[in-house]
Amino acid sequence: MKHLLSTRDLDRDTAVRILDTAEDMAATQQREVKKLPTLRGKTVVNLFLEDSTRTRISFEAAAKRLSADVINFAAKGSSVSKGESLQDTAQTLEAIGADGIVLRHWASGGPAVLARSGWIASSVVNAGDGTHEHPTQALLDAFTLRRRLHGEASRGRDLDGVSVLIVGDILHSRVARSNVWLLTTLGARVTLVGPPTLLPHGIADWPVTALHDLDAAIADTDPDAVMMLRVQRERMNEAFFPSAREYSAGWGLTVARFAALPERTVVMHPGPMNRGFEISSAAADSPRSTVLEQVANGVSVRMAALYLTLAGGAE
Amino acid sequence: MTAYLITGAALADGRTVDLVLDGGIVAEVGTGLSRAGATRIDADGLLALPGLVDLHTHLREPGGEGSETVLTGSRAAAAGGYTAVSAMANTSPVADTASVVEQVQALGEAAGYVTVRPIGAVTKGLGGEQLADIGAMARSRARVRMFSDDGFCVADPLLMRRALEYIRGFGGVLAQHAQEPRLTIGAQLNEGPTSAELGLAGWPAVAEEAIIARDVLLAQHTGARLHVCHLSTAGSVELVRWAKSRGIAVTAEVTPHHLLLTDRLAEGYDARYKVNPPLRSDADVEAVRAGLADGTIDVVATDHAPHPADSKTAEWSEAANGMVGLESALSVVHEAMVETGLLDWAGVERVMSAAPARIGGISGHGEAIAAGSSPEIVLYDPSARSDFAAEHLAGRSRNSPYLGRRLPGRVVAVFHEGRPTVLDGAVTPQEALRA
Repeated sequence: MKHLLSTRDLDRDTAVRILDTAEDMAATQQREVKKLPTLRGKTVVNLFLEDSTRTRISFEAAAKRLSADVINFAAKGSSVSKGESLQDTAQTLEAIGADGIVLRHWASGGPAVLARSGWIASSVVNAGDGTHEHPTQALLDAFTLRRRLHGEASRGRDLDGVSVLIVGDILHSRVARSNVWLLTTLGARVTLVGPPTLLPHGIADWPVTALHDLDAAIADTDPDAVMMLRVQRERMNEAFFPSAREYSAGWGLTVARFAALPERTVVMHPGPMNRGFEISSAAADSPRSTVLEQVANGVSVRMAALYLTLAGGAE
Repeated sequence: MTAYLITGAALADGRTVDLVLDGGIVAEVGTGLSRAGATRIDADGLLALPGLVDLHTHLREPGGEGSETVLTGSRAAAAGGYTAVSAMANTSPVADTASVVEQVQALGEAAGYVTVRPIGAVTKGLGGEQLADIGAMARSRARVRMFSDDGFCVADPLLMRRALEYIRGFGGVLAQHAQEPRLTIGAQLNEGPTSAELGLAGWPAVAEEAIIARDVLLAQHTGARLHVCHLSTAGSVELVRWAKSRGIAVTAEVTPHHLLLTDRLAEGYDARYKVNPPLRSDADVEAVRAGLADGTIDVVATDHAPHPADSKTAEWSEAANGMVGLESALSVVHEAMVETGLLDWAGVERVMSAAPARIGGISGHGEAIAAGSSPEIVLYDPSARSDFAAEHLAGRSRNSPYLGRRLPGRVVAVFHEGRPTVLDGAVTPQEALRA
């Protein structure tokens, strides 16, 4: 695997292989010495053209545990903010010796443009691009869900028949898009829930069900997992919804709604959370919340992504 | 001035004739013609059409000479079989005063490849707030008759009404870029399945259609002439069809790319396919083809929009809108309309020469080839087929969506004012043009 750009183009076997590799990585993290020599001598650049401390430090930890040298390059205060093109930035980083570029880009398709440009020979890992995809987030979500469902017996398994609700601002969410493709490829039944203004126009052909009533969706789909998306409060100023309170009442995982969930349903959130808005603390802090597991698993999944793209990976 | 004897050319009506170009006119049309001293051009197997006329060309000069100049754009036009182009007003400075339109007109005359007719801005600086110097441009040496803020929509309904009325007083036409700005904030791609998957902000069809609906009603109310630029959706075709059935003075154009390409080409984020209005769906392509065939859409206009390479290799949302189109237009119409049986060559002559000349008020162009007509002629080989390549581009920019695509036909020769601007498929050097 030369690049990891989207989950849209992952087939089931490749997706399971990435998750299984992440299981191997997670196993090494139980040892006293967590560091592996796998990427010794390789240089990974975290090129973050949009702020995201959480994703950046997760990739940084992953690369370091594989013994790669890590260079962090953020947009602010750099020549990028002065209008340098992606081509010039990437070629500069490669001239410095980058073997892999982990790219967070504010523009949808930025990593795809870089990967097929011919400007560089480096591998490209998409760390989130605009409102397009965030493939490592979806992979860590699938990894977390698979572990919750199958525990130690997770290897080789997919998510066949698992019911997942994804709730909130689907329109602007790269996490939602990556999860739609990955979870359905793995056999899950995915239901998107949000106000009509925050569901994209043109998703009739997506392999999902789209609903507007969260309570009805919970009742009808008997979800194994409810994934709450981060919603920017400022969206109400663009008339996507009338007020934070109305959003919360309709699509937030409130205390009452959390209490109404089936016992086995896990609660997921990619973070950072808006407590009291899209998710109540009762839900976020409950034993059924996977929020911190998702963060921990993120390192294992990103180790797998870097290993498979940079070390060539075992076929 | 050299006389030309063109032998064995097929006219759009199917007749095969010889043509003599001499004395600044088509001097003779017939069979078995001869002309002492004339240069003979064997047009056996070639179509002879009146020179093509473009109502929508971005020549970029003044201000955008890195992408195109009046001279390089004129060469691109000639290479594509054009003998007249209308230069859009979104230059820098904007063509909103008599001096700018006269400059563009003069540059066109100096280049000598095609008739360059400047389009004047509707509003100062394309700002959409205050009328440009419409009367001064109309009365200038450039005699501007078409006005457009293309690139921007004249969105304010009151200003649009006044502009239609004011331009009517000069016998002109307002060419509207129909795009409701509030419905297209940050818009990147046709709103539909592809934009949803790619996470690119949608440019909904309704943003075009809402403006066209409003504008045809304003045209009806004011009695003014409205021309709809680069119509791109099935709903827009319906609206124009309805307006024409009511006798409203509206005309419309479609671009070659909206006749052939769809938004699915954006899947790899290749910004060569980024254009405004955006590429639409298969159903829209089918509808604009049908609209062009039945006369609802009057003309094909290129919206030739040159850009430097780096502005098209960038991230999609950073990349510039637009594609060059002059050199490929006739081949694209050939594929989309003629090979599909929707138009015959007489229809192509109508939508690419006669109708645009009439709408733009471009005299000496768009005349059916006959004894006494203007010597504006393109010779086209409809049996040729080739991979469209950079060598087919004669302007300054390379942002064609057709590079590497197989297209039918080939422009063999073009005559403008009786002189060859293209011979054997090669654009005449400017020194030879002046000789």
